[in-house]
Amino acid sequence: MADKTKNAEPKVGSVSRPPTAFEYGYDKSFRILTLAAGVLTVLLLVYIFWKLGALAAPAMREYGLGFLTTVEWNPNKNEYGILAEIWGTLYSSFLALLFGGVLGISVAIFLTQGFLNARLAWVFRLIVEMLAAIPSVVYGLWGIYVLIPAIRPMANWLHETLPFIPFFSTKLAGPGMFPAMIVLSIMILPTVAAISQDAFKAIPMKIQEAAYGMGTTKWEAIRKVIIPTASGGIFASLVLGFGRALGETMALAMLIGNAQQVSLSLFSPATTLASLLASTFPEAGANQIGPLMYAAVVLLVITMAVNFIGTIIMNYTSRQTVT
Amino acid sequence: MSTTEQTTMNPEVVALGDPDLSFSFGERRTLMNFLQTVTLWILAGIAAIPLISVLWMLISRGGLRISTAIFTELPPAPFEQGGGIGNAIVGTLVMVAIASLISIPIGILGGLYTGLLNPDSRISALIRFVGKVLTGFPSILSGVFVYAWLVIVMKTYSAIAGGVSLSILMLPTVLLTAEQAFRMVPQRMKDAAYGMGCNSTQVATKIVLPTALPGVMTGVMLAVAGASGESAPLLFTALFSNYWIGSFTEPTASLSILIYNFSAMPYENQIELAWTASLVLVLIVLVFNILSRSFGTRRV
Repeated sequence: MADKTKNAEPKVGSVSRPPTAFEYGYDKSFRILTLAAGVLTVLLLVYIFWKLGALAAPAMREYGLGFLTTVEWNPNKNEYGILAEIWGTLYSSFLALLFGGVLGISVAIFLTQGFLNARLAWVFRLIVEMLAAIPSVVYGLWGIYVLIPAIRPMANWLHETLPFIPFFSTKLAGPGMFPAMIVLSIMILPTVAAISQDAFKAIPMKIQEAAYGMGTTKWEAIRKVIIPTASGGIFASLVLGFGRALGETMALAMLIGNAQQVSLSLFSPATTLASLLASTFPEAGANQIGPLMYAAVVLLVITMAVNFIGTIIMNYTSRQTVT
Repeated sequence: MSTTEQTTMNPEVVALGDPDLSFSFGERRTLMNFLQTVTLWILAGIAAIPLISVLWMLISRGGLRISTAIFTELPPAPFEQGGGIGNAIVGTLVMVAIASLISIPIGILGGLYTGLLNPDSRISALIRFVGKVLTGFPSILSGVFVYAWLVIVMKTYSAIAGGVSLSILMLPTVLLTAEQAFRMVPQRMKDAAYGMGCNSTQVATKIVLPTALPGVMTGVMLAVAGASGESAPLLFTALFSNYWIGSFTEPTASLSILIYNFSAMPYENQIELAWTASLVLVLIVLVFNILSRSFGTRRV
């Protein structure tokens, strides 16, 4: 009896069997499903390029490259150009990169190089992350009702005392490049700070200790050893921050004044590609759609190129620190 | 320095005497070090000012109007007093839900492919790269694209179009963080499952997905938080509406567009409502941000 069950056990209680046809099919189709989801993401980007390109194509043929060098945007006369927008986009992003970049890198050094104890560093990191979480429109609202009134006296004083400097050549009447630039630099600060923090953290402790061992002060170590070592990551953070600034829409549409002009002055109103789209598209007539799509494609190409470069630099530097 | 050490030293060095190790700001290098530290503290302080100012304004101006009417009433007409932002809150939540329904499954499945099933293939590298490039995709272009693709075809602004354009912005975040989370599942767990005779699907759904779920949820919540605050993609996909949402195929209100519209109005009542809407919007975004942290894994 005992023998019988012993022999029968492997047959009755065995859990191993070849997969059924259903299980084969299920596994196969699940894997195809995951692949399809991935490929869909790629196709989405391709389709976006194709769709916007197709809609912009008639306008591209009609206005050609002259579109990029014309300042006028006049639907009544059917004259369209986006030089002012391209200038405003690049100028505002560049200024924001200058301020936001310096602040962002400072914050990254502040947080990673032992200036704060653990608890304060946690609080400060939270502040920076909350800066990133606040929606763009809220910054716009804050800019209109808090920032512009606050900086106007200073801006107008600068204009009155130093009107010969091109940056201060106009009065700040309300919305303009300067408030837009400040809000934009606040918005890219968290991006720059987060990515360059990672670069600083990736530096092995022994490099820092070697510098101290040579008798450097803290700042000599930071300036001559730490920053050069992290320079790849810092550069990537600046490029990606620039990319963010280029595509930022709502805060700029609310603060920059949407004026079709090319000016070096920080206090004059200006416009950007994204704010042109935001402010003109909703009320656009049929004849304006083409030029607007053309502008959208220009914005797409500029931002994609910058992000492309930033991603490649980041891939390259992260691979470098691993090996 | 102890005497025993001195005796073993090179006599020439000893002749120079002990170095002056006292701390003094008279020393140029010490002074520079101090000044740079002060500069850094000032810069960090400057970086913190905007947030404090924004939060102060949200609480002091937005908090004034918080009441039940805010959540239950419709936006007021010009010169009208009172009113609320109920339809905008509902609209934002509905559109974020639509966007989540689209982007979360696609993002997680795509992440499974690139992170687990076929991580080293060329197509995975391509998907990953496209994901990273899409992270920097300008949000307004998502709106333009959906306008050209859905709004023109459906011949109406709608909550669906708004949701789709938000989903384009959520997708890369979900995909990349999910992939990262799947990769962090220890290889030995996957190997053990394969060794037991699991097929790829079973490893993915029964081992990797449950283990990586906190990490995946972190990404999902971050994406949801980001999408709730977005406004540019909704401008000409969902447009705005002064009424409660009736169907998914009609123009729909959202908090961010309400703030944008009301901020430019010359009426005190509307501006107050814009601040209150900002407070509500920031709270919604923060709730999702805190949720993303509560899942306990490091954000990627």
